[in-house]
Amino acid sequence: MAILSKDDTQAILKKVLSFAKADETEVSLGGSQSGNIRTARNAVSTAGEVSNLSLGVSSSFGKRTGNASINEFDDASLEKVVRRAEELARLAPENPEYMPLLGPSNFAESIGYNEKTAAMTPDTRAEMVAKSLKVAKDNKLEAAGFLQNSAGFRAVMNSKGLFAYNKSTDVAFSVTVRNQEGTGSGYVDHSYNDVGKLDTLALTKIAANKATSSVGAKAIEPGRYTVILEPLAASDMLGGIIRGFDLRTADEGRSFMSKKGGGTRLGEQLFDEKVNIWSDPLNPELPGSTWSGDGMPVGKTTWVENGVVKNLAVSRYWAQKKGVQPLSGPGGGRFGGGGMIMAGGTASIEEMIKNTEKGILVTRFWYIRMVDQQTLVQTGLTRDGTFFIENGQIKFPIKNFRFNESPIIMLNNVEELGKPVRSGSSILPPMKIRDFTFTSLSDAI
Amino acid sequence: MKRKDFIKYTGLSLGSLMLPGMSAFSRDIDPAEALQGVDAAVKRELADVALNAAKSKGAAYADVRIGRYLRQFVATRDKRVQGVANTENYGVGIRVLVNGAWGFAATHTVTKDAIAKCAEQAVAVAKANAKLQGEPVQLAPQKGYGEVNWKCPIEINAFEVPIKEKVDLLLQVNDIAITNGASFVTAMISAVNEQKYFASTDGSYIDQDIHRIYPTFNVTKIDRAAGKFMQRNAFSAPMGMGYEYMHARPQDKIQGIVTRYKDRYDILEDVKNATKDVDDKLKAKSVEPGKYDVILDPSHLWLTIHESVGHPTELDRVLGYEANYAGTSFLTLDKWQSKKFNFGNKNVNIVADKLQKGSLGAVGWDDEGVKCKEWDLIKDGVLVNYQAIRDQAHIIGLKESQGCCYSQGWDDIQFQRMPNVSLRPGKQKLSVDDMIKNVEKGIYILGDGSYSIDQQRYNFQFGGQTFYEITNGKITGMLNDVAYQSNTQEFWNSCAAICDESDYRLGGSFNDGKGQPGQSSAVSHGSSTTRFNGVNVINTGRKIG
Repeated sequence: MAILSKDDTQAILKKVLSFAKADETEVSLGGSQSGNIRTARNAVSTAGEVSNLSLGVSSSFGKRTGNASINEFDDASLEKVVRRAEELARLAPENPEYMPLLGPSNFAESIGYNEKTAAMTPDTRAEMVAKSLKVAKDNKLEAAGFLQNSAGFRAVMNSKGLFAYNKSTDVAFSVTVRNQEGTGSGYVDHSYNDVGKLDTLALTKIAANKATSSVGAKAIEPGRYTVILEPLAASDMLGGIIRGFDLRTADEGRSFMSKKGGGTRLGEQLFDEKVNIWSDPLNPELPGSTWSGDGMPVGKTTWVENGVVKNLAVSRYWAQKKGVQPLSGPGGGRFGGGGMIMAGGTASIEEMIKNTEKGILVTRFWYIRMVDQQTLVQTGLTRDGTFFIENGQIKFPIKNFRFNESPIIMLNNVEELGKPVRSGSSILPPMKIRDFTFTSLSDAI
Repeated sequence: MKRKDFIKYTGLSLGSLMLPGMSAFSRDIDPAEALQGVDAAVKRELADVALNAAKSKGAAYADVRIGRYLRQFVATRDKRVQGVANTENYGVGIRVLVNGAWGFAATHTVTKDAIAKCAEQAVAVAKANAKLQGEPVQLAPQKGYGEVNWKCPIEINAFEVPIKEKVDLLLQVNDIAITNGASFVTAMISAVNEQKYFASTDGSYIDQDIHRIYPTFNVTKIDRAAGKFMQRNAFSAPMGMGYEYMHARPQDKIQGIVTRYKDRYDILEDVKNATKDVDDKLKAKSVEPGKYDVILDPSHLWLTIHESVGHPTELDRVLGYEANYAGTSFLTLDKWQSKKFNFGNKNVNIVADKLQKGSLGAVGWDDEGVKCKEWDLIKDGVLVNYQAIRDQAHIIGLKESQGCCYSQGWDDIQFQRMPNVSLRPGKQKLSVDDMIKNVEKGIYILGDGSYSIDQQRYNFQFGGQTFYEITNGKITGMLNDVAYQSNTQEFWNSCAAICDESDYRLGGSFNDGKGQPGQSSAVSHGSSTTRFNGVNVINTGRKIG
């Protein structure tokens, strides 16, 4: 059993620390248990189950640090790993940015562990996948999918008395459904903390419906269009902005958060006023760790309020150098602890389509790569269901487009935000964006 | 939550630097410990335990991989060392075929008991999978090779070079950049050693020792007044070599607008050139979009070959096994069967191989015991073959596998991965200078940059590191904001000329991702500088705020 309780973890870590002779020592223990099943051509292709447990030791003499880890837990091994880290620390060059370890803190109890998700077996996974495959077979379509559940824990303890522990689970299911001729394709991809919320049958029906409704796609001219991005497409597009919410790169002049002539955009109106972004490790749909890897507490943090940049993450080193408070940022989840959350409205995608005169509905994007780090212009393509909207109705499926667009520009062109849902490691609304730049057509289906 | 997020989330390596491409469960080890291999006789004994246990539980076929994977990573930023890590990952993976279905299980406990139990678990997984199986697995016959071995022909084992030597070199790289006016610089060296032992019920016991190395850097210069910054990455390539790659030799330098490198790399010279390049980039003009003849250096073209030729000729993609992730392929079986699908024009000859010395793909045998070889994918422009493994060979009428099976570690199942895929050089003598002389309106592109291609590999867009405008046969200056967009078939049919073999070099990917759960592999792509006519170039510049 790779998921150890808080008490068992504490006992092991205390024992490891008792061997330490360095000026400062930090020990960490983490374990996971995960299982997966993969399908293609309406059958299982591969399946596997992996569990592991690992202990890490970080020893420092002055500003010299050495790391070692091990996955054996007898006393001799525990002492050996500490000695090895200490030996490596003595050999290591000084790190001028070394920060002394933090003392104890009261971290909020995390809420990320779900017993049912942790208890999934090869049989339960196979049953869930069989339901998905049945939808494809019944409709003479072809499914390829992937289901993976995982449970994990991690803990850290240091020679200054800090102890933190966190347990989490997650389950993710995605499926691509295509027609036999290969002329239509649909896709869904959902993640949950609680497997009880995962309905592989209902999700596969959505993908199957997209597969049949995307047949016969017409080519329309590339150019600037109003788009309605489903939450998956929105999260594909916005994932790239996250690393930029960082004070150091902004101060150094190499981020979209840097200001011409020096300084940062902190406090500036960088986005449309409808844009509000935060992270919260205690959000039940997207729970995260309540502490960061270097022992700082992580709470709810507002990053953007009414389009104004409210916070940038600051490492402990940079905070000390600049005389500001440190702030955990992109790290323990995508956005602080627990992923990015963006506020929206109440409208469904159907309602958003109804009030659109002319536009394009995008299911998802694919192969997004950064083109320009300064403006965050990204390129990529639409995939698995792209549709033309006219006078409040979906008129016909269209061929996939390549886009070149910046999420910063996109969040300045917000027309409407719908009802947020979890998509991957974010909670985002579907969004209607004007002047989205498509640059060429693709024949891919 | 995706696997990579899970690893990040659970932060298993809290105290140590989490490195790209490294397993979350790798152990950090002392460098000296990395040099002691595991005795082949011991591995044979352990392998037989797995094979016998699998057979006794009903497996029609079984293979076992006992793998020890060593990685070293030295990273620096400006004047400091960011991280040094040595990791070891050791364990056993067992694959079995029962009732026509595959089963797989792996364990990090390398004892006879644990291995026997693991084999039983693999059989149980296969039996469960067989219930949902469509077509039973058909395995191409493979003769056993008995006890054999293969070693990557290295001159200097990177793991034997002291860390201090690497740190000193990288800090010297950074110093050259900063002294010459760069604002920031990062430099790193990665080294990999796969000690792989494979055994199967066909009667093979294959011991292999594989080495890879990848030095690289990034130079950034900031113009605060203008509010912009420019970057240039190294013109090195990841190689299937030892530390000898770091020892520069004059005969491996290709002179031209900037020096490029063959089988030895001069990192100190390249960083000096890169620092000058970022200066020039800050002053360069923005490209006028339109049709250009593009001349692509091998440091750039490898990635276009990788994405537009390497991936669509993977047979598992063609058949639909990657439909839910990487996608399918436009190179459907009917195009291959027709024997006249013009992937490119007559200049285009593309070869697959797992043999080329110094390449990332070179091994003796693949991860299902098939001896490695070379074969044509595109001949005189026509699609003639794919990349297949044992359970796919019959689909394209082959009597044996092409040897493209690979797993990133003992704990992942092996599957079809790309061999080296390379463009054959031109047969006529042609230098880069002569190629440039004949271009009226063109762009000369060096280094790999931004890259994106659709899920069936039709439409792509590539950037680069440096771009030079060519007007009436002469280079007239640098350009910014360049990316070209094309369709794979149209692009390879616009191939106008290929330089001769004196310009041939390898580029490659150190971490090519595929599969669910995702696995990484390393692969090289060779080419000489090549010209493509009338390619659509876009301007990627935008303004924010």
